[in-house]
This record gives sequence, structure tokens and C-alpha cells, in this order.
Amino acid sequence: MAQVIVVTSGKGGVGKTTSSAAIATGLAQRGKKTVVIDFDVGLRNLDLIMGVERRVVFDIVNVIQGEAKLQQALVKDKRVDGLAILPASQTRDKDALTREGVATIIEELSKDFDYILCDSPAGIEKGALLALYFADQAIVVTNPEVSSVRDSDRILGVLQSKSKRAEEKKEPVKQHLLLTRYDPARVERGEMLKLDDVLEILAIPLLGVIPESESVLKASNSGNPVIMDSDSTAGQAYSDAVGRFLGDDRPHRFLEAPKKPGLFGRLFGGGRAA
Amino acid sequence: MSWLNFFRAQKREEAQQPPGTAAAAKDRLQVIISHERVSRGRDDFLPKLQQELVQVVARYVAIDPGKVQVNLERGGDFSTLAIDIELPGPKAQAH
Repeated sequence: MAQVIVVTSGKGGVGKTTSSAAIATGLAQRGKKTVVIDFDVGLRNLDLIMGVERRVVFDIVNVIQGEAKLQQALVKDKRVDGLAILPASQTRDKDALTREGVATIIEELSKDFDYILCDSPAGIEKGALLALYFADQAIVVTNPEVSSVRDSDRILGVLQSKSKRAEEKKEPVKQHLLLTRYDPARVERGEMLKLDDVLEILAIPLLGVIPESESVLKASNSGNPVIMDSDSTAGQAYSDAVGRFLGDDRPHRFLEAPKKPGLFGRLFGGGRAA
Repeated sequence: MSWLNFFRAQKREEAQQPPGTAAAAKDRLQVIISHERVSRGRDDFLPKLQQELVQVVARYVAIDPGKVQVNLERGGDFSTLAIDIELPGPKAQAH
């Protein structure tokens, strides 16, 4: 049986799609057959972040409405073996997604894949509820910022009450915190919530901390999930997170700001090099 | 003297930093989230409370339902609920 993982946050713009693309790619790089589903009907973007937008023919709504076979709608990644994307519909409204339809798709995908990642839309409306309904595990993407932390807490409550596991009184959805856009220099200046604060408030296990990084925008510009940029701190942090998800013991990195150059460095080091 | 400023620049920058706002963020989050966790899955009782209070008071005094204010201040240790009901004065009652 495949594991169903929802990538969710409540708040928009915190990095759900970036994280879904990175983690799905990372799992496939580790040899796990992985499919990532875009649940943001009407505002599809995972295809762009994954760089497959020009190869999308059918989408999840076509499959649910019987207009296309699931296999026809899956877009296979050309860079990594065993990775596929099921795009969201760009034109139809959210009512086209039904619980029965999603259940059938997940059941069918379970036969062929090890992991099914559900990239949730923002909010707590139908699309977001469907994205988390079938989850065995949840990756809660949070920024170190008050509105994001509050919304994450809200979505944790929803996971505990409205998921299939909650309704059927099974073992609860396993929750993971992924703290993104973390800026250690601002944390050290007292301008940003620190990791320990967020952990204390949300009180769920930490999967990873992704540092604020220019490489994330570069990755989305080019349609390559940032995890493929193994020189970047964000890419390395996502690789660590995937490793931890699979049970590797990896220490957390990038939690401290690089040391400021001393006097000598400032005089001769050219000051603020990038 | 200007070359000396080069050495001072960093110190001064640090001194000009406003006191960290991250601590305030944490405090505010802890209070609001603990309240939201308690009320999770329950309807907001305030509208009903206000309605019932007005009904009780209206049994004794003719009041304007529009002149009822309910203020709630959520705190970490305790919260305060202040209900302000404007009662008509003797002049208004005389009419």
C-alpha cells in the first residue's frame, strides 16, 4: 500500500508547491515510486514548478469525470525515474473534485506507487479538505511568521478532526513540521521567530528547516525542483528532510547565520560578497 | 575622523536596531493559539450570549439593542468580558 502524504499549511504563499515538488523529486531520487497530485483546481501551478507545463494534456478533473484514463493524465518526469505528476484542472471550478473521485484515483495510484503526495491549495475549503482527507502523514509547511504559525495550528486541528483517519478513529495522521524561508541572520537579530519558538507553539515533530534562499526563485524560473540544485542551501536542506522522512539520521543544518567577516575580512575581503 | 567610522559602522548599526519583535510575536501567538485550541469545534458563544443578556435586561428596562457593546480581551492567564449596556436616562423615559 502506498503512503498518502498531504503537503499543507492553511496559509498561502508559504512554499507548499515548492516543497511538494522538492520532496516528491527527492523521494523518487531515492528510488521510491512517487506521484504528486495538484489539488489546486483552477489555480494549477505544480506543473510549472515541476517544469512539465507544456506536456499537460489531461488533468485530475478529466479523470474524475471519466473523460480520460488515469494513466493518460499522469505526466512522467523526464529527469527522475519513477516520478509522475497529476495536474490540477485549470478551468473547472472546485466542485468538480469529489471525494469518491479522489478516493478512486488514490486507490488506483496505490497499486503503482510507494508515495502519493497531495499538494494542497491554501485555505480550509473543499480542495484543501479533500487534499488532506486521505492522508496517512502530513507535512505542515510553515514560515516563521505569526499568520503562518496560527494557520498551521488551525490546519493541525482540521487534520485531527476532519481527515479519514480521524473520522474512522484510526491511528491519527502523522504530522511533520517543515519550517521554510528561515533566515538565521534575522533570527539572531531578534526580528524573526526562532525554530524553538515555532516548535514550542505547534508541538509537532520537526522534519526540516529550509533556509531563505535565492535558489528557490531560480528553481521556479527554470522549472527544476530546487532539490535538484544540490549546491544550494535550500536544495541540501530539502535532501536532508527527505532523508529524515525515510528514516536517515541527519543533523539539522543552516540554522545559524554565516559568520560576519572580521576586520581583516572587511578590509580585504571585499565586504558584502554574495 | 571619517576613516574611524569605518570601524564603528557595525556597532552603530547594531545599536540602531529596534528591540527584537520576535519575542512579541511568540507571546501573541501563544495567547491566541491557546484560546483557539480551546474553542476548536465549538461555535462562537458571544453572539448568543449577547442576545440572551439583552433579552434579560430588556425584561426590566427598555433598552436599545443597538446600544449594547460586548468587548472581549483574550489573555494568557485570564480573559475579560466587558458588556456595556446603555440604559435610558430619566429624560428619555419621561417621553
